[in-house]
Amino acid sequence: MVAPPVPTVEATAPRTAPVRRGRRRRLTARDILVLSVVVGVTVVLDLALIWGTSVVSVLLSFTNYDGISPIKWVGIKNYHDILTINPEFGTAVRNNLLWLVFLGLIATPFGIFLAVLLDRQLRFSRFYQSALYLPVALSLAVIGFLTQLILSQDQGVVNAILGRTHGNGIDFLGDSRLNIWMVLLFAGWRHVGYIMILYLAGLKSVDPALKEAAVIDGANPVQTFLRVVFPAMRPINVIVLVITVIESLRAFDIVYAINTGRNGLQLLSVLVVDNIIGEASRIGYGSAIAVMLMLVTLGFVITYLVNILREDSR
Amino acid sequence: MTTVASTGTPAAASPKPATPAGEVATRKKRVRPARVVLYVFLTTIAFGWLAPILLLFYASLRPYQDTQLHGYFSLPSSLSFKYYSRAWNQGDMAHSFLNSFYIAVPAVFITLFLASFLAFALTRVKIPFRKTLLILFTAGNLLPPQMMVTPLYSLYIKISMPSFVSDSLSLYDSYLGVSLIHIAFQTGFCVFVLYNYMLTIPIELTEASIMDGASVWRQYWQVILPVARPALGALATLEFTWMYNDFLWALVLMQTGDKYPVTSSLNNLRGTFFVDFNLLAAGAVIVALPTLIVFFALQRQFISGLTLGAAKG
Repeated sequence: MVAPPVPTVEATAPRTAPVRRGRRRRLTARDILVLSVVVGVTVVLDLALIWGTSVVSVLLSFTNYDGISPIKWVGIKNYHDILTINPEFGTAVRNNLLWLVFLGLIATPFGIFLAVLLDRQLRFSRFYQSALYLPVALSLAVIGFLTQLILSQDQGVVNAILGRTHGNGIDFLGDSRLNIWMVLLFAGWRHVGYIMILYLAGLKSVDPALKEAAVIDGANPVQTFLRVVFPAMRPINVIVLVITVIESLRAFDIVYAINTGRNGLQLLSVLVVDNIIGEASRIGYGSAIAVMLMLVTLGFVITYLVNILREDSR
Repeated sequence: MTTVASTGTPAAASPKPATPAGEVATRKKRVRPARVVLYVFLTTIAFGWLAPILLLFYASLRPYQDTQLHGYFSLPSSLSFKYYSRAWNQGDMAHSFLNSFYIAVPAVFITLFLASFLAFALTRVKIPFRKTLLILFTAGNLLPPQMMVTPLYSLYIKISMPSFVSDSLSLYDSYLGVSLIHIAFQTGFCVFVLYNYMLTIPIELTEASIMDGASVWRQYWQVILPVARPALGALATLEFTWMYNDFLWALVLMQTGDKYPVTSSLNNLRGTFFVDFNLLAAGAVIVALPTLIVFFALQRQFISGLTLGAAKG
């Protein structure tokens, strides 16, 4: 049953190097003006507000800055303290990794799968999409409230369904061995809709002729997707992959809404916020955690950046 | 994996016109049961996904005493919308809704404009430093936002503004300041997404317009933008949702409670001594409405497959 790869597909699929072609019109003075102004403004904004402030924070991470007293350089003391005497740091790293594994292996593939199912003429298609997208539209406060509604020990719906209403309810959110898994379910609930929407928008831009050609050549739907659509969607796959990593490492709002990220729900972002914005105002220390978070994030995505470099120098 | 196989089958059936007549005849018989499985599966998933939100809505219609006594999974003693008017008034929502729109609406438009132009310039024009720019934006988007809080606060206080832009006379405590950080941060994300989407747009499209002598601006505005509509629609929805729901930047970069966005008005609904969760549920539904309206309004853009015709040509 294995269909041979479709030749027409191979010929049209790799379109990923648009800038390589020779036929190119000279840029006029007006073109150059438009390009420099728009690109310039964007770059300046990004350099000043994002990179500039981040670099300052990297510097602050080597100090004992607390917002009030004079800044003193302390070298790598903050980093040393985080790695040796902060018991919450280990839990936070573990939770962020769990988050990554859960979203990467379950939520993201499921979102892609649903997008593929929805990418066809279906009745109620808009209803399905809307239902899946709705969780993405909800804010922090709403999600926090929903977790209570569904999982709380004495009034929660799940305990009611299990018949545990009078004092013997399961403490889904309070039990530190259990709560991270419950939170992951909610995170996945949101993530699936997010991925589905992005992937669906990508699928819409895949040339339908590709799929038709594959079908004519006798490929079944699974083969059509895996061998024709999925490879043609490579740029979109990269987006989805990077987003999954970003979401996992930046996760914050759900745990913050439940119990401000304590008691088994520690995350790196929560530790950063607690230290920088919290009452202790240990800005240097918090910045050091943020720098570590940044290094991990960049580490994960470095492969992607290397890929860009390779593609561009082809 | 089994679901993939069973529910995936109908894909073969959908492009019917394309398949030769003989094939259609042999396939048609298998189609029906697979379609039924697909619909049952999707409907189950959709309702599963909706269930928590329906519960939220249900809770917002019930009096607090009722749910306190019987729990949230029970039949109602009475249903009413009176929590909605209370949430609207007590949370001063009319006012804070406007604040949210001042921050989010211009920010979404500017972000999408800057990002789509940059993505266009990176994929279609031979501008210098393409690699560097792409990495600058992509990696910038990966930096943890909490990292920028302290320096940004100090920076904003130092930048002075005329009084008609900001009544605080600096970027701090102004709508503009909050919008700017949203724009800067989200442009990184949108450049990254749009760059990758634009790679999938056939090169022939712009080449034809270049032959016709179109300027860079025209290639961007009349050729690329219309084709990128599905991606722009999806991004506009997401960006509006994020900027509208954001609370971190407003909290850190503004001090006048009067300027806080609508997400913060939910806090006004929490009493000092006890929290009426059903009132909060009503407030939550109201707060979520604009994001849903934007989604429904833009949904057509990214599901209609408008691009398909253009991409083929």
